[in-house]
Amino acid sequence: MLPVCPSLGMQSSNGRSHGTGDGPESSAGHREEHGAAAHEVPFEDPWYDALAAGWGELDGTGRPAPAVPPARGEAGATAPRTRDVYLEVQRSEAFQEVRSRYRRFVVPGVAAFLVWYAAYVIAATTAPGLMARPVVGAVNVALLAGLGQFISTFLLTWAYARHARLRRDRAALELRWDTQELTRGVQGGAS
Amino acid sequence: MTGGHQTLALLLFSAFVAVTLGITTWVSRGRHGSAEEFYAGGRLFSPMENGFAIAGDYMSAASFLGISGLIALYGYDGLLYGVGFLVAWLVVLFLVAELVRNCGRFTLADVVAARMSERPVRIAAGTASVTVSVLYLVAQMVGAGSLVALLLGQTGEAAQSWAVIGVGALMVIYVSLGGMRATTWIQIVKAVLLIGGTVALTVLVLLRFHGDVDRLLLTAADRSGHGKAFLAPGLRYGGDWTSRLDFISLGIALVLGTAGLPHILSRFYTVPTARAARRSVVWSVGLIGSFYLMTIVLGFGAAALVGPDAVRRSNAAGNTAVPLLALDLGGGAGSTGGTVLFAIVAAIAFATILAVVAGITLASSASVAHDLYASLRRPRGKAPRSEVAVARCAAVGIGIVAIALGLLARDLNVAFLVGLAFAVAASANLPVLLYSLFWRGFTTRGAVWAVYGGLFPAIGLVLLSPVVSGSPGSLFPGVDFQYFPLENPGIVSIPLGFLAGWLGTVMSDEVADEAKYAETEVRSLTGAGAV
Repeated sequence: MLPVCPSLGMQSSNGRSHGTGDGPESSAGHREEHGAAAHEVPFEDPWYDALAAGWGELDGTGRPAPAVPPARGEAGATAPRTRDVYLEVQRSEAFQEVRSRYRRFVVPGVAAFLVWYAAYVIAATTAPGLMARPVVGAVNVALLAGLGQFISTFLLTWAYARHARLRRDRAALELRWDTQELTRGVQGGAS
Repeated sequence: MTGGHQTLALLLFSAFVAVTLGITTWVSRGRHGSAEEFYAGGRLFSPMENGFAIAGDYMSAASFLGISGLIALYGYDGLLYGVGFLVAWLVVLFLVAELVRNCGRFTLADVVAARMSERPVRIAAGTASVTVSVLYLVAQMVGAGSLVALLLGQTGEAAQSWAVIGVGALMVIYVSLGGMRATTWIQIVKAVLLIGGTVALTVLVLLRFHGDVDRLLLTAADRSGHGKAFLAPGLRYGGDWTSRLDFISLGIALVLGTAGLPHILSRFYTVPTARAARRSVVWSVGLIGSFYLMTIVLGFGAAALVGPDAVRRSNAAGNTAVPLLALDLGGGAGSTGGTVLFAIVAAIAFATILAVVAGITLASSASVAHDLYASLRRPRGKAPRSEVAVARCAAVGIGIVAIALGLLARDLNVAFLVGLAFAVAASANLPVLLYSLFWRGFTTRGAVWAVYGGLFPAIGLVLLSPVVSGSPGSLFPGVDFQYFPLENPGIVSIPLGFLAGWLGTVMSDEVADEAKYAETEVRSLTGAGAV
């Protein structure tokens, strides 16, 4: 679990993420059981609470096209302060940690599979002699390389899901709660 | 062609249509027509359900018919499609799925427009999404056409056209009546049917060779007339450097295109959280990966048992290899087993086309109504209900366009057409999406330039390519305005899309809003404020 940074800590209270909205959360938990790994998830989704919190209240400066159901809320007197909340969260240690964990996994991961895939495609086009070299029976280097692409994809998928579940999910959820609580606090105070 | 398998296939297909229409009416009973409901099915699907639906959306006729057909004709070079289609999911999983789920509401434009001046960005991203969807739809329509041609023999030109029109009409009914909820259930049913059918055929192929993959490969190589070369790359793309470059271009487009496909992106909004989106991708990677492994077996099986010559006689592009393989596996033409298997495969392929077409139509009607119409018309003071009404009308319009183009492009290979759609998606949608998620300094002008800077080169290069004119196999063989040698524009247009986005940003006076980037970044990684 990540330390909550001082600026966030002032307004965050412990255990909030487990105490709010029991009813909706239990229904969220129920939905989760359709998935394969439901029992591995120690905490519950706050999605229902997020709906209640209201997308439309969160933030935003003026929109040029108000008829479009906005991706963010409409402009309001509270907007500048809501903006500050996101800047504050972005600078917080807890968020920086989540972000660097995400990047430390994703950047080398993407580089690795793109290089491996590019090497495969380029070898298939420029070195057909190498790819056609037989290995066992009818199986040649090209077939093995193709199979290797399938296997590496499965492995990387598994590794990413595991990394995200163990290293990011809990911290991200805490941050989500803190951020929503902060934006709600800002808006509640102004209206 | 005997009448038996036609009747049976039509019966099975009618059963699928009846079941899916039943699903459509059942799930849409008593539903209010909110945008949330129509575009995202209420966001209440479980990861497993959504994983099957994503797989259903992705495993199109292009994969089932096109890839196996290419393998049957060209051996190893067809397999490269399957690898590209699968590896692409790592891009989706690592860079896109969770972040897009957290930042957007219904469409790709939601994610981008949140940081930018909304109107121009929405119009640009909406246009690109609709273009990609229509290209992809055409591929599916061509698949439907070649299946019908196979079922009804060479004389069925009119019937073929009617079948394409029928598929189009059905998809409009599904989408406009049932919205995302019905479309998702159709995808799930179809994914189960398709995987079931593929497993059955794969088992039959392997049984025929007593589980000896080596002998399967050797028989395929012998029968192809190319010997060992059939099992190595180069038969289709190994000639001169133009065709090799073409292949590299295709490879890039395949791996980067999936993350820009509107109908795939919109699927992530049907689950409640980013974590659920991630788990649906894990499900779909498992399903899609196993499916492509099996299509490889089917492709080599078709080469070994049916033979490339028979496949080519039936359909020059190879789209009918799997139905012919089924006929052979069941006992050959005229036998009961062959008739039944052939009918089942044809019905599954129809169902596949229908379901994929419904998914794409829904995504593109969302782009038309949510992005284009809302930005261009601005009907002030109207409730969101009217947006859903617009989306329903858009579904009809897109259906008509797709039918018309589908009839025109009848003789092109389906997998190849899908490769084009991927190239356009990777050029127009991916740069703007990645820039807005990860680049602090990205501006409105950069976003608009990134979209158009990828979209126009991609489309323009296709128009100037040998696909459209100047070669015997092109759409208009009679005229010659071919100036670009490659069939797939990806290798040029994708870097252009990224370059245009960078140039636009560097050259704009606007300074990127720190706070809005902070918001995008915080929301994308934590899910704060996500719907």
